[in-house]
Amino acid sequence: MKAEITQKIGFFLLIAALAITILFLGSILYFITVNGVKVLSWQFLTDIPRKAMTAGGVAPAIVGTLYLTLGSILFSLPLGLITAIYLVEYSPKNIIVNILRMSINNLAGVPSVVFGLFGLAVFVKFFGFGVSILAGSLTLSILILPNIISASYEALVAVPRSLREASYALGATQWQTIKNIVVPTALPGILTGVILGIGRAAGETAPILFTAATFYTNRYPVSPMSECMALPYHIYALMTEGTHPDQQKMIAFGCALILLLLVLCISALAIYLREKQRRKYV
Amino acid sequence: MSDEIRIKVEGVNFFYGLKHALIDVNMNIYKNMVTAMIGPSGCGKSTFIRLINRMNDLVAHTTLKGKVLLDGKNIFDPDVDVVELRRKVGMVFQKPNPFPKSIFENMCYGLQINGITDQKILYEKTETALRKAALWDEVKDRLSDSALRLSGGQQQRLCIARCLVVEPEVILFDEPCASLDPISTRKIEDLIVELKKDYTILVVTHNMQQAARISSKAAFFLLGELIEFGNTEDIFTNPRDKRTEDYVSGRFG
Repeated sequence: MKAEITQKIGFFLLIAALAITILFLGSILYFITVNGVKVLSWQFLTDIPRKAMTAGGVAPAIVGTLYLTLGSILFSLPLGLITAIYLVEYSPKNIIVNILRMSINNLAGVPSVVFGLFGLAVFVKFFGFGVSILAGSLTLSILILPNIISASYEALVAVPRSLREASYALGATQWQTIKNIVVPTALPGILTGVILGIGRAAGETAPILFTAATFYTNRYPVSPMSECMALPYHIYALMTEGTHPDQQKMIAFGCALILLLLVLCISALAIYLREKQRRKYV
Repeated sequence: MSDEIRIKVEGVNFFYGLKHALIDVNMNIYKNMVTAMIGPSGCGKSTFIRLINRMNDLVAHTTLKGKVLLDGKNIFDPDVDVVELRRKVGMVFQKPNPFPKSIFENMCYGLQINGITDQKILYEKTETALRKAALWDEVKDRLSDSALRLSGGQQQRLCIARCLVVEPEVILFDEPCASLDPISTRKIEDLIVELKKDYTILVVTHNMQQAARISSKAAFFLLGELIEFGNTEDIFTNPRDKRTEDYVSGRFG
């Protein structure tokens, strides 16, 4: 009897925790959607901001966020994957490498504004990229690098030893084994890391604050050296600057909705690729 | 049956860290014969056959003393190309381990890493090897299916075919039937007997009856020592050592 009551309380707590999570998630989605939909229109998606950001659209910010996100993946995926391959397959298993791994994991906990300052000092100033998509993408890629590395690391480690042995036993070299067996087998796990990275890169404001984003521009970026508008920063700008807070607030909701949809689309693409790979041979 | 010695093991001692896993092992492996390694768990029989294709190289902190001569050449000499050695000495593992790829891709892998890309050759060699492994009829219509959709017994025969396709001369079987049902086991056993015509075969097995059914020579290992080595028949019916007798008659192990 007592065990049964304990079990009921346990179940209740589990369901309550789930309900609270869904409640928060649901209300965020609800308020953003309900308010965002009001300003959503074809013009909002395709036009530049007009009348001191109270009318027109946010197209330059959409384009900018897209470039920054894809740019950051372009840098961080190869770098992170190769780093993880080195750590799993080649590095000696000693204390220095362990410290290295721990440092990489800790990097994931560094506040994003610190990455922003780093990007300003290194990419904008030292390398002379200026405030640009290039500098912003590089900064974001360093921000999500730890996520990509640790997801890739876990995925590579999880590849069964028996598959590696099968490959070696057929006379494959270590590199052939990694390239043909280990990485393809780990790919779904690696893509999970990429998906999380995309969400983070698209939504971050602080790292692009000093490295890529501009408050207002009526032009689209023409090269990686252009500065650009970006959705998260645009939301921040709308809520803190300007002279028409009420109209701006609605546009900010619209931006938030678009940002959500954008991340959803990019993630859906990555999830589709992952499932395709996973289902291919299971 | 020939008396030609293919592999000569001379004074082999092997250590995992400080653990002395093989103690002064001397043995001859004959051409076109099935040699069975028997003994209780942890006796060193798997360690022993993993020496022959240098699979133990992948394990950290191991030490080897002694020689393993393949056709008179010590495979642990510094000038031996381990990749080359493993193409000559194939291996089938305890658990079926097909790659998470299609059946055809599993078969082609060993050839492709050797630089064979001609689709026609790949297909021909695949068919030949799958026929040898008695799997062709079951999979010929679905070569592009995932290898993981095959049953356990089929997967293991695919692993054997995958090993045969690169045309090795020696094949090591590390408890190939450990995870299979009796019918699949029977098929694999028949296959091993069939293969000895063309290959030199070493089989690790836990199963006494299996060793008796398929092997001509048998080696009994106990706690890292080779206790007795001889004709399988003698090992089972007329063992020289008391410990061998106790083991094969089921008194321990």
